[in-house]
This record gives sequence, C-alpha cells and structure tokens, in this order.
Amino acid sequence: MANLLRKIFLADLFQGLWVTFRNQNPKYIYTEQYPAERPKVAERYRGAPRLNINPDNDETLCISCNLCAVACPENLIVVGWERNEQTKRKDLTTFTYDTSRCMFCGLCEDACPVDALELTQDFEMASYTRDGQIWDREMLEHGPAPKAYRS
Amino acid sequence: MPESTFLDSTELVLNMGPQHPSTHGVLRVILKLDGEKVLGTDCVIGYLHRGVEKIAENRTYAQFNPYVDRMDYVAAISNGLGYCLAIEKLLNVEAPPRAQAVRVILTELNRIASHLVWLGTHALDIGAITPVFYCFREREEALKIFENYCGARLTTHAFRIGGLQYETYDGFEKEVLAFCDMFLPKVDEYEELLTNNRIWAGRLKHVGVLNAEECKEYGVTGPVLRAAGVKWDLRKAQPYSGYQQYDFEIPTCENGDTYDRYTVRIEEMRQSARIMRQAVEKLAAGPIMAKVPKVIKPPVGEVYVSIEAPKGELGYYVVSDGTTQPYRVRVRPPSFVNLQALGRMVAGGLVADVVAIIGTLDIVLGEVDR
Repeated sequence: MANLLRKIFLADLFQGLWVTFRNQNPKYIYTEQYPAERPKVAERYRGAPRLNINPDNDETLCISCNLCAVACPENLIVVGWERNEQTKRKDLTTFTYDTSRCMFCGLCEDACPVDALELTQDFEMASYTRDGQIWDREMLEHGPAPKAYRS
Repeated sequence: MPESTFLDSTELVLNMGPQHPSTHGVLRVILKLDGEKVLGTDCVIGYLHRGVEKIAENRTYAQFNPYVDRMDYVAAISNGLGYCLAIEKLLNVEAPPRAQAVRVILTELNRIASHLVWLGTHALDIGAITPVFYCFREREEALKIFENYCGARLTTHAFRIGGLQYETYDGFEKEVLAFCDMFLPKVDEYEELLTNNRIWAGRLKHVGVLNAEECKEYGVTGPVLRAAGVKWDLRKAQPYSGYQQYDFEIPTCENGDTYDRYTVRIEEMRQSARIMRQAVEKLAAGPIMAKVPKVIKPPVGEVYVSIEAPKGELGYYVVSDGTTQPYRVRVRPPSFVNLQALGRMVAGGLVADVVAIIGTLDIVLGEVDR
C-alpha cells in the first residue's frame, strides 16, 4: 500500500528533484572563469620545462652531464657541449627540448644531479607551429611568456 | 557475427561507433537487429592501439613506468601500482611500510575517482544528466590531491619501482580525511538521485544478466563478477601492498544484472573511503624508497603480478632476460576481458540496452587496445 502511494505521488522523482534543488545554492558554484581568473596549480605541478640559471652570475647551472637525455623515455632532449681546455670541464653550448613529444613524466627532472632542469608551474605552451614546440636553450632559460588575458 | 543477409529485409546490420558518445571511446559494435531486438553483436577493437607492450621492449624498466598510466587513463595510479609491484617482485624487493600505506591511499582514491567517472557517464547514457556534474565535482577534489602529491592529475606517474619518488606534502593526511568526510554524504546523494528512481530501476533491472557460471567462463573479474554473487577480490584473496592490515568488506549482489553492478560499485566507493581512513591512521614515519639500484637490471626470470584495479584483475606478466630492458611485458587488462561478455549480455535484449550494458561493463578503450 505504502509502495503504491509512493508510486502514485511520484515520491522517487521528488526525492531526486530535491537533491538538484538543494545544489542550486550559489555557494556550490565550482566554475572557474579561466582566462580572467587564473587557476592556481600545485607546487609540484609538472608543466613547462626550464633550464635554471644561477641568479648571481647569470651562468647556467647545467653541467652537461647528459643524464636527462639518457633518462628520457622519448629521447627528446639533446644536450650539446664542448670541452673547455682551461677548466677541463664541459661547457653547455646548446640544449634542445622537444615539448611536442614530452609527456611530462618528470624523469628528466629526477635525473638532474644539480637541479638545473626543472618542470615548472607554467602550463600555457601552445604554439602556432610545430617548430615552435621545439624549445632551444634561450627559450628554456627564459620560459614561455603567455599573454595573461583579463576580463 | 551471424552471416549478414543483405537481401533479407527483416534483419538489419547497424554499426554503432567507432565515433559514438555511448561507446566510451573508439569501440565499434556491429549490431544485427530484428527491429528493436538484438540478434547478435560483434565488437571491433583496435582503434586506439598504440603498441604499449612493444614500446616496453625498447625502454628501460623505469622508463616504461609513465606509459602504463596511459592504458587505463581514468585509473592511472592502479596501473602504476601493478607495474611497480611486478618489477619489485622481479627484483625481489619490497616497498617500505610508509610507501605501501601511501600507495594504498592513492590507489583507493583513484578507485573512487574511476568509479565516479563510471557512475557519471553511465547515468548520462541512461538519460540522467545530473549525476555526471556531481560526480565530476567530487572527482575534482580527488584529482586535486593527486596534483598536490605528484604534480599531475590524470597520467600521474606517482609510484616508482621500489617505493615512491615524492614524500607526501604538508597536510596530505588532513586533506585525505577531509575528502572521506566530504565524500560519504555525497554517495548518499547519488543514491537519493538514482537508487529509487523508477526510470533508473526500469532501465537497469534484469538487463544484461550475467550469472556466476557465465562470469567464470568468460574470465570476467571485478565488480561485474561480484555483482553475480562471487566473493572474489584480489585485495582479500592475494593481498598486496599491505592490504591484509585493513578491515573492509567485499560488496556482492546476487542477480548479476546491471542494477546490481551499480549497487556493488556504489558500495565499493564507501569501502574505499573506509580503507583510506585506516591507511591514514597507519601512516608512520619511515623511508619511502627501498634499496633499488640506479640502473635496474633484474635477474633472468618471469613474474605475473595481478592487482584489483577498479575494473577488475589487472595483471602484468614481465619476462626479464637480465638486461636493462624487459624482454616482454604482457598486460592482462580487465576491460579487455570483461568486454568479451558483451555479446552474451546483449543477446536477446533491445538496442537501448546495448548502451546501458556497455556503460555497466566500465570499459576504457585505452586499456582494451593498449
């Protein structure tokens, strides 16, 4: 009998409608107004790669050890260096990072012994060309400069 | 596939997919119809084949780790756990207790996230639009924890062979407990929306029945098997990563229809929250990485390790020839095996039920095709 009454008076449907009604409250709004309101990504976010430079003397931290290139599953890092005859060390000449093939796994960052290569919190890396996705040393050191739109 | 009869006008061969919103990816189902009735089905898969198993043969053991996330991409952490456990068994090391507890927390959180995607899209297929928004809202909270922990939301690469790469962040335990507190009332909310709803019950009850015997014949695992009344969960049957310490139940049902699979998965989400709570309590300070050499060179041998992924038994069979790269990696994906039962479940049903049954199997085509 109770079941029949529930069926006639559409109790199950009103139960569901009550849930949707409850959730109308504006304090439950989750939408992010993206270009105007920029999301705060996590501290450990793995985004655009960066090749860190020493802020004191503007020299690169990279010691050209090639460990990142070895660790990379996609072989997308190419490190170029030449031997410095005076210091007997390797000096970094070029550093190419193909972001179009990168899956941001973070293995290169883990492999780096001097914390030179790092995946940063920048996430806007779109480019109009394929070549624009292949980042050279200068791009890696200065980072992408995405346009910050405002509402 | 029954023979196609072009001249017999009573039978119609219809392609569903590969571009169809309700096939949850690029699955093509060839339906042989008699009016609304389904006479036979044939699945065509392979549209998302990337050759993951072959890629493994050209990568070192550590390098292959990020690729496994891309098989079942809604439950990437479970995939990573299975792979890491397989290589750890090959190397004969075990992750330290703290690493195991963190692994359990994240895997269970991932199970909830995966079931939420399933519930949202399944309800959407049936015609209920509301649940998908609520499910994704709660999933967002779980993904935020992943992002804070390892820096990625979907393809996480959270675990490493031998333990963890990242120590937990400040407030990790608090956030996980807050998620559990927030989440349980939300599950009740989903149930309020769906469980008693007459349309939901009418569309799901006695649809796509697969009894226990048939489940075993097809090798079906996971919630599909448990909905048929078989109490089989690898977390209890062959505990891994310290699951034997946690107190939880295996939800089962009896009829093995689509509605029961819904009930089982809803209850599994509650149990996952229960496991997470216990794991947070057990989280003690300690090392997070076992002693694993920098260059991983396992001894010659082969292992098969399987875990209970959100969709069923996820197994990794790894053969090592003693070099830095695996000789062969074979994956036993739950979605692929569960998909075999589709033909049996659909036969004799209606076209509209096909969508419900594909939804209830909870397949991810990235895993079916690999």
